[in-house]
Amino acid sequence: MTAPLLELDNVTISYQRRRDLVDAVRNVSLVVQPGEAYGLVGESGCGKSTLAMAVLRYLPRNGLLTSGHVLFEGRDLFTMTAPELRRIRGDRIAMVYQNPGSALNPTIRVGAQVAEVYRHHRGLAHRAATEAALDMLRKVRISEPDRVAALYPYQLSGGMQQRVVIAMALASDPALLVLDEPTTALDATVQADILDLFQDLRGELKASILFISHNLAVVQQVCDRIGVMYAGELIEQGTIREVFQRPRHPYTAALFDCIPDFGVRKKDRRLAGIAGGVPDLADLGTGCLYEPRCLISRTVCRVDHPELMRAGTRHLSRCFFHMETPLPGSAAPLAGVAQSPENGRSDRLPLLSLNKVGRRFGKAHILDEIDLEIAPGETFGLVGESGSGKSTLAKVIAGLVPPSTGTVALNNERVAGTASRRTRRQRRDVQMVFQTPDATLNPKKRLASILGRAVRVLAGLTGRRKRDRSSALLADVQLPPKMMTATPDRLSGGQRQRVAIARAFAGDPKLVILDEPTSALDVSVQASILNLLLDLQRESEVAYLFISHDLAVVRYLSDRIGVMYLGEIVEIGPAERVFRPPFHPYTQSLIAAVPRLGTEKPARPVSLDVAPSGPADRPSGCPFHTRCPRAYDPCRTEAPPWRDAGEGYMIRCWIALDALEASQTAALRTRRKPDPVRVGPRP
Amino acid sequence: MLRFVGRRVLLLAFTLAVASVLIFAITNVLPGDVARIILGPFAPQDAVTRLNAELGADRPVVVRYAEWLAGVAQGDWGRSYAFSTAVFPLVLERLGRSLLLAGSGLAVLVPLAIASGVAAARREGGLFDRVLSTVSLAVGALPEFVTGVFLILVFGIWLAVLPIQALPPDGAGPLTVAAHLVLPVGCLVLLLFAYLFRMTRASMIEALAADYTRTATLKGLPPRTVVWRHVLRNALLPTVTVIGAQIGWLVGGLVVVETLFKYPGIGSLIHFAATNKDIPLLVGCSLAITFVFALGNLAADVLYAVLNPRVRHGRNAH
Amino acid sequence: MAETLIDGRRGPRRRRFAPARGTIPLAIGLAMVLVWVATAIGAPWLAPYPPAEIDFLAISQPPSALHWFGTDQLGRDMASRVMHGGTYVLTIAPAATLLGLVLGAAIGLVTAWFGSWVDEVVMRVLDAVMAFPIVILAMLALTFLGAGTGNVILVIGLVFAPLIARTVRAAALVEARKEYIQAAQLRGEGSLYIMAVELLPNVRGPLIVEGTVRLGYAVFTSATLGFLGLGVQPPTPDWGLMVSENQALLTTAPWTVLFPALGIAWVVVAIGLAADGLKEYLEP
Repeated sequence: MTAPLLELDNVTISYQRRRDLVDAVRNVSLVVQPGEAYGLVGESGCGKSTLAMAVLRYLPRNGLLTSGHVLFEGRDLFTMTAPELRRIRGDRIAMVYQNPGSALNPTIRVGAQVAEVYRHHRGLAHRAATEAALDMLRKVRISEPDRVAALYPYQLSGGMQQRVVIAMALASDPALLVLDEPTTALDATVQADILDLFQDLRGELKASILFISHNLAVVQQVCDRIGVMYAGELIEQGTIREVFQRPRHPYTAALFDCIPDFGVRKKDRRLAGIAGGVPDLADLGTGCLYEPRCLISRTVCRVDHPELMRAGTRHLSRCFFHMETPLPGSAAPLAGVAQSPENGRSDRLPLLSLNKVGRRFGKAHILDEIDLEIAPGETFGLVGESGSGKSTLAKVIAGLVPPSTGTVALNNERVAGTASRRTRRQRRDVQMVFQTPDATLNPKKRLASILGRAVRVLAGLTGRRKRDRSSALLADVQLPPKMMTATPDRLSGGQRQRVAIARAFAGDPKLVILDEPTSALDVSVQASILNLLLDLQRESEVAYLFISHDLAVVRYLSDRIGVMYLGEIVEIGPAERVFRPPFHPYTQSLIAAVPRLGTEKPARPVSLDVAPSGPADRPSGCPFHTRCPRAYDPCRTEAPPWRDAGEGYMIRCWIALDALEASQTAALRTRRKPDPVRVGPRP
Repeated sequence: MLRFVGRRVLLLAFTLAVASVLIFAITNVLPGDVARIILGPFAPQDAVTRLNAELGADRPVVVRYAEWLAGVAQGDWGRSYAFSTAVFPLVLERLGRSLLLAGSGLAVLVPLAIASGVAAARREGGLFDRVLSTVSLAVGALPEFVTGVFLILVFGIWLAVLPIQALPPDGAGPLTVAAHLVLPVGCLVLLLFAYLFRMTRASMIEALAADYTRTATLKGLPPRTVVWRHVLRNALLPTVTVIGAQIGWLVGGLVVVETLFKYPGIGSLIHFAATNKDIPLLVGCSLAITFVFALGNLAADVLYAVLNPRVRHGRNAH
Repeated sequence: MAETLIDGRRGPRRRRFAPARGTIPLAIGLAMVLVWVATAIGAPWLAPYPPAEIDFLAISQPPSALHWFGTDQLGRDMASRVMHGGTYVLTIAPAATLLGLVLGAAIGLVTAWFGSWVDEVVMRVLDAVMAFPIVILAMLALTFLGAGTGNVILVIGLVFAPLIARTVRAAALVEARKEYIQAAQLRGEGSLYIMAVELLPNVRGPLIVEGTVRLGYAVFTSATLGFLGLGVQPPTPDWGLMVSENQALLTTAPWTVLFPALGIAWVVVAIGLAADGLKEYLEP
């Protein structure tokens, strides 16, 4: 039996809040073996990042280890002297952070930042350290290390920055690599590349990995074992295979249910959210922390606090009734929603039509000749990476950004470019729900005033009728009436988004633009917001323009989908067709990049290792040709034609559809043979 | 870098243009004509009219402004009434002395304030930090003539260790010159220390809490390296811009300090011009001060660019 | 910081009584200012002598039981003059600050909200105005407008407006990009509504903090203008003016300078203390 590399023994970490000590992490014990990859998952506020920082003994000023030990190679990190600790940090334990942009020093060239590790821990001279740094940059697949090393962080894309951070972490050949949400801030295609890099590096390096993430699918891809945290406690732990095949804690099972599987549609089933919220850490009862939200709780759960108990050979669960944990999917017999009036779509007048809409900012073409129609009651999904122009398109439609060229028409009637110049009726018809729960409501106003103003301006109601309508809206989004007098700071992120949705519905809109409405929320909250949106749509026959970077969510919710790249729509069609071959080469890489749940390893991503060109230097011809693995001559010079694949499914590409289809179907079939799920060395 | 400096120089030119219009406007367009201000309320009206004609104050404003600006550009800054001499050389001479005073002030101030700010931030909430923060808060808000009076009373009169006049007797050695400068320089430093100290401290605290500092610490670098190599440069960025703005306070401080310590610099000259209604002199002094102040700001901007690669390489580098 | 951060073991400091951050300095500062406000208002009844009463039999006397703060070279009672002397500073400073706040908030909101060329032009001009050292600008303007309380208020207010505008603009720019503002635009709200109802309440914090800081500087500037002879004119008792009038007596009768200087110091420090407390309280 080898000695564990990292051992957390009954660790409790508390924060000083005013006069109280609040436990952010409670009695967590876990072990990471040499060579093993351990994934720690949980929603925001569950204490996983605090735990990661404790592994490097880097707690905020008001944080302290109130009990337990953090042992690295058998030595207690919290009793070491500062010099001893420095010899371990960056050398034996290295870290990769969530935001590579801020983790790198903005005033030092990236090569020097990597070289610093060699100089400090290996004692290399300036020259040798620089050489070693270049080697390491090459190892993390940076193609021109000499050029990149001389750049400052702001000159690199997010993916490149993260590669530099990874190079810096690996420079000292550490025994333990702590990855704190290393791909959360990145685009899906970049995330896929980085995850792929981790998998490859695991073959080359001996380092153990402690992987912190909120994303179960990502953890599955990288790790051997997984621990699930809830409200500061480790509530389930086991091998990836065990936990993913048969979760033994109701919370884990519910988490799986919240995530729309890639391919599940709204007509198939409703998403199961988790009712209620995370308990207040300062005021915990005696029972199981998950009890108030648990579907299988009993009296004992309210009284007694469960310890971690054995649920399989290497499987632990903090649930008295772990054997009764419902299988994911089984607990959600909720019927799906009928498809929106898709069949009659073509013969109805479009609600919204865009004709050659373009938008420039200076020299940059953010939007280029967009044609788009949305039918009444339809849900149109828009996907694309950051910088694809999807949010700008939303703003043009809403009237927040006037188009530079082209026209926007509502009910076949051309509307003005800015909301203030539109008629009241037109403004009422198009409303928007935004991305950031923290900024979507005026923090100085009470909900009564926020909703009241919207009702008054959009619905034209005053006095008692205004108040009644506001209350009805609040009830529609399933918030209690007493919240009317609250200010936004009293609300959780999900509740704020509900208020924002209520505000958008104040004047019975015909089209609501949803700009990444759930991307800042936890999955359990996301599910309930998506369900709410579906309910509201069924009652009011409103059309949605749903914008998201999450393909699974878009596919779940939408009737039709458009894919955007650098200000153009490159593919558009019915939701069930868009993600079946043939698809645009860009869509192919997007789909391959989606980390998927399941016991099977996903397809190797189609690497888009070339950074996308910015809107300022849009390539001529097909904008995607600089990254397209199949680009040939005409792609570089001329704009590609629209090709009709039937059923209203259109692809904008130079490559013939049957050629695309043949190769893509083949690619799906020869998907990399699923590796056996790697299991860490047995203790 | 060149483009950045070019832009800044253009901005400087614009600033000076606006400043010249402002100076001209205040001295020519404000109610109350120039001759009346010079001659006083009891002078006969025909004398006022004659002087106005002599000064050219009865012609259109734009023409006068153009002529005035042309003269300024050629070094013809008019004649001082009180000194009966050309304004330009007088201003230049006085400016030189003031720069000595201001330069000594900055030379003491900047290292002192930055070092204290860094030290206080590294032990945030410690004794040094709390004492210095409180003391600087109290002292920094005091008008310089108040601190000056206290300094003179304590060191010049009760302890009698330092001269209370800034100008040394003719032919004095460098040591005597320095001794005469101690109190006025101390007065300037006390005026400016608080702001610069607090700014350094605040940006230092921010930089110490930044993600890149965490990265450096978790690389296992010793605290000294973390601070010197990773934190300081980022922390100094906002401080440098503040130094630029501080030059304005410094100039304002000069007016008072030179008056209080009877030092013949540009500050006491402009005060003299203002109280004696010597308008050409007043305008000349204002011009000179504005110019120097704008140059100081330009220097701060360039230093900022040197420290900040993002500005240095232009925004669009990719 | 780097040192303490590695030390997760250090026990927490527990405090029994913990009032909201900053309230103590705020209270002390306010009390210290109020003492002088009360003194200035009550001076006609409290002061032992009329402030301008000349007594040639008691010229340049050191502090005594009869004249607590001594007398000046005209035999005027310094204690009475110092008690009256706060009136001008304590009138000018708040009035000028208020003027600067109103103007600055208006300019800041307008530039932040309308952006583009309005912002560009206004901010460039303000930058240029701020390129003048404040005292020089005030000196120039007062020379031509003529000294006097009203003009001093006007000049200080005008000089402060760009500084306040900059603070308000910076805060308003952050808010203006937030989504609740876009929601208001989608409803078709007018610019005035957005500036007054949506933006202003959300920049109130920085505005108040900036206001108290400026109040300190207004005392500073008005006292300095008094010292330079550009504020109220003799024989009015004013702290700044007294220091400059009696400057020549520094060696022979230092009390004539010391007490008015102490008066200024007191008020300035008090406002600084209050401003600091308020900042802590509003921006923890």
